[in-house]
Amino acid sequence: MPVLNGRELRIVGFLCNWCSYGGADTAGVARFDQPTDLRIIRVPCSGRIDPLFIAKAFMNGADGVLVSGCHPRDCHYSEGNYYARRRLEVFKQFITVLGIEPERFEYTWVSASEGQRWQEVVTKFTDQVHALGPMAPIPEVALSKLAQTEGTDLRTAITEEA
Amino acid sequence: MRIGVFVCHCGSNIEGTVDTAEVSRIASDYPEVAFATDTMYACSEPGQDGIIEAIGEHKLDGVVVASCTPRMHEATFRNTLERAGLNPYMFEMANIREHVSWIGKDREANTNKAADLVRMAVEKLRRNRPLTPKEFDINRRVLVIGGGVAGIQAALDCADAGLEVIMVERESTIGGKMAKLDKTFPTVDCSSCILGPRMVEVAQHPNITLHAYSEVDGVSGYVGNFSVKIKKKARYVDWNKCTGCGECVEKCPSRKAPNTFDELIGPGRAINIPFPQAIPKKATINADYCIRLTKGKCGACEKVCPAGAIDFDQQDEIISEEVGAVVAATGYDLFDWTVYEEYGGGRYPDVITSLQYERLLSASGPTGGHVKRPSDGKEPKNVVFIQCVGSRDKSVDRPYCSGFCCMYTAKQAILTKDHIPDSTSYVFYMDIRAPGKLYDEFTRRAMEEYGAQYIRGRVGMVYPDGKGNLTVRGADTLLGKQVEIQADLVVLAVGVESAKNSPQLAEKLRISYDKYGFFMEGHPKLKPCETNTAGVYLAGACQGPKDIPASVAQGSAAASKVIGLFSKKKLKSDPQTALVDIKRCIGCGKCVLTCPFGAIKETDFRGQPKAEVIETVCQGCGICSSTCPQGAIQLRHFTDNQILAEVEAICRF
Repeated sequence: MPVLNGRELRIVGFLCNWCSYGGADTAGVARFDQPTDLRIIRVPCSGRIDPLFIAKAFMNGADGVLVSGCHPRDCHYSEGNYYARRRLEVFKQFITVLGIEPERFEYTWVSASEGQRWQEVVTKFTDQVHALGPMAPIPEVALSKLAQTEGTDLRTAITEEA
Repeated sequence: MRIGVFVCHCGSNIEGTVDTAEVSRIASDYPEVAFATDTMYACSEPGQDGIIEAIGEHKLDGVVVASCTPRMHEATFRNTLERAGLNPYMFEMANIREHVSWIGKDREANTNKAADLVRMAVEKLRRNRPLTPKEFDINRRVLVIGGGVAGIQAALDCADAGLEVIMVERESTIGGKMAKLDKTFPTVDCSSCILGPRMVEVAQHPNITLHAYSEVDGVSGYVGNFSVKIKKKARYVDWNKCTGCGECVEKCPSRKAPNTFDELIGPGRAINIPFPQAIPKKATINADYCIRLTKGKCGACEKVCPAGAIDFDQQDEIISEEVGAVVAATGYDLFDWTVYEEYGGGRYPDVITSLQYERLLSASGPTGGHVKRPSDGKEPKNVVFIQCVGSRDKSVDRPYCSGFCCMYTAKQAILTKDHIPDSTSYVFYMDIRAPGKLYDEFTRRAMEEYGAQYIRGRVGMVYPDGKGNLTVRGADTLLGKQVEIQADLVVLAVGVESAKNSPQLAEKLRISYDKYGFFMEGHPKLKPCETNTAGVYLAGACQGPKDIPASVAQGSAAASKVIGLFSKKKLKSDPQTALVDIKRCIGCGKCVLTCPFGAIKETDFRGQPKAEVIETVCQGCGICSSTCPQGAIQLRHFTDNQILAEVEAICRF
């Protein structure tokens, strides 16, 4: 799909089914205007999100990635978002190694009742990504660095952190 | 694979801002899409029949519906597929209503985005595999949290249907807020006369086990098989021995303990039986005020107790119960009225809350049903009621209407006239909200027959007039002028907020709550007593402000849901579970450690340790999948490949 003549950027959203996806629904039901750039991928829990999905999105040309789950302590699966929080925080520290501006990645917590908050999160993040403009292709060096860490190393590091 | 794409108009909901015909035209070029069309209402009967017809005609083996949120209709369409003879999991939804048409008006951008979302769904569906649910046993017992009128109704309905009920109540008696009321609107019948027998029924029902003065400490498990930890708080009285005679209460010298049942206006004792009709009628010691427990002296109750029931060494006790369903009926709390400093609540003794006034009116209350104002015990002649204290007010973060304050104020105005015939009641109101059966007639009677003076407008200030009375100054917006009323007693119609610690309980039950702490129902209209967590139901004001009839109705509704759930021989588990690729698994055991449900166990496979998923226990969160260093454990329906396919569908250059 052609991006609308630069009016839109590609923003990938990973949302947990129970809170943030519901929050995005609530925002829709309330007809809160939002930028159209974001496309949402529904996952059962933010704990399902492997940071490598996000790396892969950037490598494929995403201009921004937004992850959102239930507020910590309020997880449909008890503790999934705790795992998510640690993995995503480690990933956020790591993202500059790939040559990606850290502002292109954000993780938030939005509950199913917080339609207003979802509108704010999406609008703010989209503006933030637009301020940076389209993503430049990831330099080769960074990709080889990723290749080194992909698979066992990064996963092990993150799991042990968690 | 032959995929069919159906793009729903949803009337003008989607078609208004998305070119659905264009979306279906674009979709027909996507890989493996054999058929694409737009349809008026995909979820309607003709819409579903159209899908079934197309499945047959075009030999489809997978379907994408682009319409509303899957949280609404995924189950509907999975059913449709099943009726057409397909596996229900060969289905994906693209949410082009909540996430597209309703959040922007740019038709071109929306059409573009909708087509993208359909592409994501198609790419995911291409990697779907047929799934079959497994069956598992149900534990046919139900836990009811909260012994207010909603919880009582739910418990009795379940128990009468033959189910075993465990009721947990945090106070030392059941009855909740309703037990504190004197009379109920609009019939003005005695609250404890209608509630009392129901409470007794709970106590005597062979199918109900009551744990009063207890709290839910933790909940684990899943629908059909929850295990619950209940904390029985130390009451320092052996309830097996206590006969509820009340001798200890008479002799207790500690009189500073708060009398929570009388809303703090009556005298309190450290050892206490809430009220004569309490169920269970047992004494409880408030450890913070007991002289023996705080200073090591006294022990008067121990000396007088004829049953020898006092036990100062009692400790909190944790017990476990296994249940198959949970009904949350934790009720509500009152808004902190002292926030409104201009009303003087908390500063002037004669400014009281509606619930305190209810205790003054009640024959079982601290004044024996004689209305005496707290400061000097005088009978008030002018009573001013102020409505919307902590409701419909954004400035105190309570923008919602509490729903029943208009009605209880009218009731209290009527009762005031009954108790003190030469009194006058003044009611400052914003609007009168009396939509229930016989409600409007009731408020009119308060005005016309009982002469309550209704003044439309807010109160600006309540201050002492120096002669022992209060002056209430407010606006009369209908007359357009300031009014001042000399009041002997001011009653604040306090609004409703969620019960204390309800977010904490919601977290234990893994259900959602809104920003005010009320539990979220599955759907605001069509699933009013279900939650998004299977097997957990809601009853009463824990879901939002509700009066007694609505709470009772929802209690029965929740019970009927439980009975419906338990009427099946076995439950079907969601087959979207984790699956171990035994060849890839290195037996590191990380998934076993991270699984919050204990659904993964280590097994031995030809001498090698491997992970194994217990399918009926797995809840499908996928934490294990993103933990596995080998990518050996995959969540079915949300595999790495599927999610990455979606990522790729969005990110193509």
